[in-house]
Amino acid sequence: MPVVFLARGNFLFETRLILIKLRSMITTIDVASIRRDFPILRTRVGGRPLVYLDNAATTQKPAAVLSALEKHYKESNANINRGVHYLAERATDAYELARKTVARFLNVARSEEVIFVRGTTEGINLVAQSYALPFLKKGDEILLTTMEHHANIVPWQLVSERNGAKLRIIPITESGELDMEVFESLLGERTKIVSLAHASNTLGTVNPVKELVDKAHAYGAIVLLDGAQAVGHFPVDVQDLDCDFYVFSGHKLFSTTGAGVVYGKYELLQSMPPFQGGGDMIGKVTFEKTTYKEPPARFEAGTPNIGGAVALGAAIDYLSGLDRVVLMEYEHDLLQYATSLLSDIEGLRIYGRASDKVSLISFTLDGIHPHDIATLLDADGIAIRAGHHCTQPLHRHYGLSATTRASFAFYNTREEAEQLAASLEKSKRLFG
Amino acid sequence: MSDLTELYQEIILDHNKYPRNYGCLDNYTDKGEGHNPLCGDEVTVYWKLGPEDIKALSFQARGCAISQASASMMTQILKGKSVEEAQELFQLLRRHLTQECEDEEFPEELGELAALAGVRKYPARIKCATLAWHAMCDKISD
Ligand SMILES: Cc1ncc(COP(=O)(O)O)c(C=O)c1O
Repeated sequence: MPVVFLARGNFLFETRLILIKLRSMITTIDVASIRRDFPILRTRVGGRPLVYLDNAATTQKPAAVLSALEKHYKESNANINRGVHYLAERATDAYELARKTVARFLNVARSEEVIFVRGTTEGINLVAQSYALPFLKKGDEILLTTMEHHANIVPWQLVSERNGAKLRIIPITESGELDMEVFESLLGERTKIVSLAHASNTLGTVNPVKELVDKAHAYGAIVLLDGAQAVGHFPVDVQDLDCDFYVFSGHKLFSTTGAGVVYGKYELLQSMPPFQGGGDMIGKVTFEKTTYKEPPARFEAGTPNIGGAVALGAAIDYLSGLDRVVLMEYEHDLLQYATSLLSDIEGLRIYGRASDKVSLISFTLDGIHPHDIATLLDADGIAIRAGHHCTQPLHRHYGLSATTRASFAFYNTREEAEQLAASLEKSKRLFG
Repeated sequence: MSDLTELYQEIILDHNKYPRNYGCLDNYTDKGEGHNPLCGDEVTVYWKLGPEDIKALSFQARGCAISQASASMMTQILKGKSVEEAQELFQLLRRHLTQECEDEEFPEELGELAALAGVRKYPARIKCATLAWHAMCDKISD
């Protein structure tokens, strides 16, 4: 008997070892190989290798995206929806294929719910102008949060100045998470729109959006999620979230600037008037009256960023070739490692300690202003962001005018986090 | 000297760490505010103007070492100067920070301000170096 037990014990032990080994094989991605996919990461800054930690501002682009863009302009370039010639058809097909790719990426119910826009900013303005402006009236309320990017504040202010809707703000807790109790107390019959970041660009906080959507819907309010800082870090399923609008920028999803997406539930889109007027969005035009196309065409006036849409499709295809769950774990590990390194630096204070965070760290360092940190780190080839990151109300909440932000992507490494920490220590020494 | 050590000379770091004439001035006759919307830097300069010259100056700021040091040095160098002289010094400093006199040595009148020469290699930071000067000189000439 004891022998059998021993054998069994050994067997279990070995299986566990194999499992641990397998797990570490799964969770350690081949970063070196991924980095080779991003040509710009080979850049040298003043003789040192570039350490790019400004991914929340914009991400770098894999060769697959760049070559898809070039291929499009070399082989398929024409205007869309207008010509009947060979290239016009190829271009239209490529553009609509990109729409389908985005549709799959967000798991939307039908691809007509995907509207191409310039980016998050234009997307939120679209919803503000075509939904909030005509449908809200004096006394109706729009809920935002303390951590919003200016792009999710100012468009609603513009609307409220015109129709008298009121903005109310969901506050945050010490750790940088939404105060859900206050959120619930703010919800009421007057609440018509709740608009918030899926993930914060300054705190990194991933908000409990599913719960927020449920609670907002209980009061008949619709919810817009600003996904600018979310889509590049984890998979998003809009049907699962049940949000009414979802907005993001392609350039923060490893694609080019100038193309982004608004997802909207079809019935909502159908009820909404156009955002801009022009070609491609009309049914019939006379000087007396113009009829509009159905969504998404209704919201895509003029020649869109065709190449940008194609590139975005290519970026999503690139991501599909990677295991996103593994990337998430990798980034999570990187965030924890970087957080622990930075926490060890005396005088460094991190803003945003939510339990669920995307891989970015905003901080201050006693005695050195963020702009000086940015300049000092740049001398070591490290790119970070200093300033208010377009979240002035959030900075004011903390009594700050600026912070320094290091933001990571799955192509960043532990060594780069170490270089960041070392360069910060060096800066401290210089500033005495 | 590397660009970096030229930018962050000892004098700059010292003024950053121990800003001179910091705080609100008692009985100031006027004050000027400067704000850089790009980075959120803020400065307020207070001064007491006598019949002939600027009797005293002080400042309060939230900003980088360059703007902090420049403001601190300004409060020292402008003390006892007439408004006209203050304006001339500002113009002189500006000319030496921007392209106009890029390669020239800083003239003696600018004194310690010569430590700001390193800023010339960082065009984005010139605004930091002139923030406090604008806050004061744009107002005092009114
Ligand atoms: C949370 C968030 N919302 C909106 C935006 C605006 O995105 P874009 O400038 O691409 O329109 C950003 C980008 O900085 C962001 O981080």
